Amino acid sequence: MSTSTTTPAGPSAAATDSEPRPRKSSTGHVILAIVSWVVGIVFFFPVLWMVLTAFKQEADAYTSPPKLFFAPTLDQFKEVLSAGAAPALLNSLFATVVSTILVLLLAIPAAFAVSLRPVAKTRDVLFFFISTKMLPVVAAIVPIYVVVNEIHAVDNIWTLVVLYTAMNLPIAVWMMRSFFLEVPGALLEAASIDGASIGRTMREVVLPVVSPGIAATALICVIFAWNEFFIAVNLTAAQAGTVPVFLVGFITSEGLYFAKLCAAATLAALPVVIAGWVAQNKLVQGLSFGAVK
Amino acid sequence: MTTTIEAATAPKRAAKRPEHGPGSKADGWSRRFPLLPALVFTFIVTQLPFVVTIYYSLESWNLVRPGSRHFVGLSNYAQVFTDSQFRQVTLNTVVLTVGSVLIAVALGLLLALMLNRAFPGRGVVRTLLITPFLITPVAAALLWKTTLLDPTYGLVNFVLKPFGAGHTDWISSFPLTAVMMAIVWQWTPFMMLLILAGLQSQPDDVLEAAGVDGASNFAIFREITIPHLRRFIELGIVLGTIYLINVFDQIYMMTQGGPGIASSNLPFYIYQRAFLGFDVGQSAAMGVVVAILTTIVSTFALRLIFRTFSGNEASA
Amino acid sequence: MAPAHKLLPQPDRARRPRRWRAFLVALLILPALAMTGCAGAGALGGGGAGARTVTVAIVSNSQMQDAIKLVPEFEKTHPGINVRFVTLSENQARAKITASVATGGNEFDVVMISNYETPQWAADGWLVNLQPYADKTPGYDPQDFLPKVRDALSYQGNLYSVPFYGESSFLAYRKDLFAQAGLTMPDHPTWTQVRDFAAKLNNKQTGMAGICLRGLPGWGEVMAPLDTVINTFGGSWYNMNWDAQLNSPETSKAVDFYVNLVRDYGEPGPAVSSFGECATLMGQGNVAMWYDATSVVNALEDPSQSKVVGKIGYVPAPVEKTEHSGWLYTWSLAIPKTSNNKDEAWDFLSWMTSKDYMHLVGTKLGWGHVPPGSRNSTYEIPEYRQAAAAYLQPTLDAMNNADEEHPTAMPVPYTGIQFVSIPEFQDMGTRVSQQISAAIAGQTSVADALAESQKYAQIVGDTYKGAAK
Repeated sequence: MSTSTTTPAGPSAAATDSEPRPRKSSTGHVILAIVSWVVGIVFFFPVLWMVLTAFKQEADAYTSPPKLFFAPTLDQFKEVLSAGAAPALLNSLFATVVSTILVLLLAIPAAFAVSLRPVAKTRDVLFFFISTKMLPVVAAIVPIYVVVNEIHAVDNIWTLVVLYTAMNLPIAVWMMRSFFLEVPGALLEAASIDGASIGRTMREVVLPVVSPGIAATALICVIFAWNEFFIAVNLTAAQAGTVPVFLVGFITSEGLYFAKLCAAATLAALPVVIAGWVAQNKLVQGLSFGAVK
Repeated sequence: MTTTIEAATAPKRAAKRPEHGPGSKADGWSRRFPLLPALVFTFIVTQLPFVVTIYYSLESWNLVRPGSRHFVGLSNYAQVFTDSQFRQVTLNTVVLTVGSVLIAVALGLLLALMLNRAFPGRGVVRTLLITPFLITPVAAALLWKTTLLDPTYGLVNFVLKPFGAGHTDWISSFPLTAVMMAIVWQWTPFMMLLILAGLQSQPDDVLEAAGVDGASNFAIFREITIPHLRRFIELGIVLGTIYLINVFDQIYMMTQGGPGIASSNLPFYIYQRAFLGFDVGQSAAMGVVVAILTTIVSTFALRLIFRTFSGNEASA
Repeated sequence: MAPAHKLLPQPDRARRPRRWRAFLVALLILPALAMTGCAGAGALGGGGAGARTVTVAIVSNSQMQDAIKLVPEFEKTHPGINVRFVTLSENQARAKITASVATGGNEFDVVMISNYETPQWAADGWLVNLQPYADKTPGYDPQDFLPKVRDALSYQGNLYSVPFYGESSFLAYRKDLFAQAGLTMPDHPTWTQVRDFAAKLNNKQTGMAGICLRGLPGWGEVMAPLDTVINTFGGSWYNMNWDAQLNSPETSKAVDFYVNLVRDYGEPGPAVSSFGECATLMGQGNVAMWYDATSVVNALEDPSQSKVVGKIGYVPAPVEKTEHSGWLYTWSLAIPKTSNNKDEAWDFLSWMTSKDYMHLVGTKLGWGHVPPGSRNSTYEIPEYRQAAAAYLQPTLDAMNNADEEHPTAMPVPYTGIQFVSIPEFQDMGTRVSQQISAAIAGQTSVADALAESQKYAQIVGDTYKGAAK
């Protein structure tokens, strides 16, 4: 699957002398492996519990002591699916994917212009991008709603696409810039010596090297857009509702809903988990290249 | 170590602006050109709402009292500064943001270091560690409130009972801490990803060379790895702070800002004025004040901490 | 500097990202093409040509979810109408609906509001007058609505929203625990008696709480039961001069009583407890009494949610100085003036609140699912009488005894039992509730909390002093 085939690159793996000391390092490795697994499982445990709860009846969702063994049921999933998960999933998919593509298309050239071939006012440009996130959305949402209402764009998926692009663009620019600055000067020099134009340098030298960075950036943008709730709930109604809005619809003030919510949240997390797994693969591929140098 | 294309290709710039080549007007525009689409798009989509928000902040407008809308100039702002709760809420925001970011970065660093060496099933553990960041914040917050921190049915108290400590009402007694736990749990994977990307882009030849030269592991870590990671840690802090200042879902779902206003932060407080009080003018003014304060603080912080902003771009 | 031959792997790698990219782009073009034509996936699958869409904003309670399940029945008998729902949690729904209606947005043809908003929005001219529609529709019989509910949703004698279901408040208690302890619950308990019972049944060792009461901040959370306690102890929010009364002797006594009761004999974690937490605790058998909405029966009498089905008794809301103290709340449906589909909206709305709908729910989903507290005729249906026998009479009595016009012992310039029917109440009530919640958490004294609250209330009261009321 995605187990790395690289030589370990951590500091302690670089032996202080050239003679291997198998016994010491292998117990060290075993301990490390065990600790890593324990940490991973503990950290993941709440998610596991959420998935378990999705298969419980409401009465079993809260018990003292907590129930690890119970009679599983698919009722919650059935209710979630019959409550109209499909349009929400489609809307979220559309808004997330289109906005992420737009973000990458805009951010990669922009990041290039503040790193490898910087404009004069790089500092100000970077600051401007990050400053667009300093006004809390809660304060601007009623003004935004009024403006969007005026142009008759309420409850339209394209409104979300535009807003999510603007929301993620600053992070993408900042992140891609960091990855661009990691490109080894040696590669750039070699390319220029070969007489490559900037465009060709970008395509054949830079982009492949930063492709794990692109994967990481894309994944972050996907996660933020997919889970964005506040703008979606205020600017959509029946047509453009996204998955987080759909989720909140299960929270009721007069009844028990936790198991149902867990079922909905599990379904909602699946697409993003898949995206994460795909992006991880890309990250690992990039790493093998990085270590070959 | 790294360098720009410009530095790699061009000789020292002449004092006078040449007709073509680096430093010329044409060169300036060809540099700006890739930046323009992103810049123009962001400007239009974000500054228009900002201007409208400022406009509304100068009006007194209560949505549910029709006919109440009239121009009042800066009196909304005066009210913001005399609001005694605003100060407490600002303090909460600072504590929550700084605490969450620092803890998430520290934990993320540890986890990234742990994941940096190969062991069986590393990919699986990496996926497990990333998952908290993928769950919708609303659902994650509820998960913490009901499954983990509930005083009667929660897992945390259940685990602590054998040690005689499982009776704490986390959310009422330690509201800010409870919220911070949920936030750190979700954001540590983000920091971990960034730092891991940085760790694994370290060139091996330098590390090997240092090892061959007889440097201890700790020295390698301190002298080579940490400086290399600095950019990514900085990035994590900047992005994390900007996001976490605006954190909302966890407070809304777990504590409703209570008890009292012990766990209200600025976005939650503004939300209540906007959607309970329906006072558009007041909440807009608060938003503008928050934006200004954040801008001032971040200007200083960025200059103090980050090389990029104190003018050493070439070496950043 | 890396030797040139190490750069060779590049061409291979350069190809792979391109293939990936092409594949991804192709994968995405498909849904993109499908979506460019319309505003969102929710619009897909709309009815045939000429079909009108009615967009309904509702709250996510179980009765509403039942209605969503039954909507195909409506669409069968009304082929030209397509119904689409936007379901949100109560607070989100209220915020969104208010923002939309107040700014003249027209996403919604039908909105779910309550007896809090209806009189105010009717006076503001935001809602369509439904009386003519109701009178014109054969068999609708608006006179069948419970009188207190009908009055609560009327403005100047006309209905501006129609009730979907209504609730009051009452006290649920564990009959078996009372019997075991040799206690008898009187038919009309007082709060003093209730405290006494709570003290006797509270048992920290076995994890049994004497009583469960809300403590979560929110004008519709802790303030709802607390307001009824204030009312029945003789307190109020304002006197006839719009002077705030939150730290008057009667109000202070009431709040002291509530806070001490929940701290001494109440559930763990009271400051963040609301309906859901108490429902869980009582359903799991950890609580002896619970004072809350009459709709608690949905949680407590449902075997998939509760382990104490059949063991609960119900008595009227406890009193002190007044005869009754249950609150009055009804979820109702209204049509915003900005809707473009008023007639179709009425068709849907009247279906969902009609007598036939009650029968539909009962036969298709079970008689326990019938929306209570709105129509008199519901309480005459034999199957419903049987299914709801445990709580039918207490619920009906509570609904009929709740008087919004005269909620308190002394005359007051406002209406509303568990709220004050002014637009500022959402914010003011929430601010006060935050203080109370802090007192419940032990972080401030009741006196300090009330002193703070008095300040907020007086600011609002002052704005009403000048206005002719």
